Amino acid sequence: MQIIVNGETREFADNLTLSELLGQLEITEGKLAVEINGEIVPRSQHATHTVVNQDVVEIVQAIGGG
Amino acid sequence: MSTVEDKPLVVAGKTYDSRLIVGSGKYKDFNENQLALEASGAEMITVAIRRVNLGQNKDEPNLLDVISPEQYTILPNTAGCYTADDAVRTCRMARELLDGHSLVKLEVLGDQKTLYPNVTETLAAAEILVKDGFDVMVYTSDDPLIALRLEEIGYVAVMPLGAPIGSGLGIRNPYNIRMILENAKVPIIVDAGVGTASDASIAMELGCDGVLMNTAIAEAGDPVLMASAMKKAVESGREAFLAGRMPRRLYASASSPIDGTFF
Repeated sequence: MQIIVNGETREFADNLTLSELLGQLEITEGKLAVEINGEIVPRSQHATHTVVNQDVVEIVQAIGGG
Repeated sequence: MSTVEDKPLVVAGKTYDSRLIVGSGKYKDFNENQLALEASGAEMITVAIRRVNLGQNKDEPNLLDVISPEQYTILPNTAGCYTADDAVRTCRMARELLDGHSLVKLEVLGDQKTLYPNVTETLAAAEILVKDGFDVMVYTSDDPLIALRLEEIGYVAVMPLGAPIGSGLGIRNPYNIRMILENAKVPIIVDAGVGTASDASIAMELGCDGVLMNTAIAEAGDPVLMASAMKKAVESGREAFLAGRMPRRLYASASSPIDGTFF
């Protein structure tokens, strides 16, 4: 399936949880937030939320800024 | 002994000893940022919310590992947002990222060249964010009527600009800041425009409750030393405000007595 992660279209195997997706992207869980199709998926649901074909995923963190 | 007692800065129910709020942008590295933060004495620091770089080194440190949310109040901003929708979305991401922390700095920009606030979008975002339970510190223009309107909507602090973001031009319209202060029931914090220590003192001498700055420290020749200068400038400006300055006179007024001269 295709997932659009942070603006990049990428191929993944079907039936992935959000936690598995983050794992495949080598992103460590912790100080980040994830939105799928404009809706935040709370950290507590990462392990159970299933991503589906054409999902638009945004993964953000805090960086330096004023 | 001073007879004037100061009340501390309180934002969204939390008391701060320092009236200086600093940014975390434009530093050479995390270490310089951290040293400047320590030298500034600030207890609140702004951060931006951005996409994680895919394929980045997963061992790369995170800003929040260096600047601990346990030790400092993290103030996520909506920098780079030009619409109310983007700003609200950014605030929600920030709240999730910081485990439900509801304090945010709202800035909805209107134009890339000036980075002036888009006040109509800021007001639109205001209604949504307050209803959604956020404690919002809002970057806005130095228009006293807009400042009052934002306060009425329920923002916890109103932060008028002294001059454009990153310009270092100082407090260009102190009279407007004074008008904003006259009406204010929430903290008024000058956000943007400070270039050097005297600018921070001027903001505080006007009676502002605090000053927020980033570039003035980060782009100084020695950011850590400038952070220390800003700490003192904010403190001395506050003390001068509390002490009450002498009246301005057009002509001289001798400091030594006229009586008792022997010549």
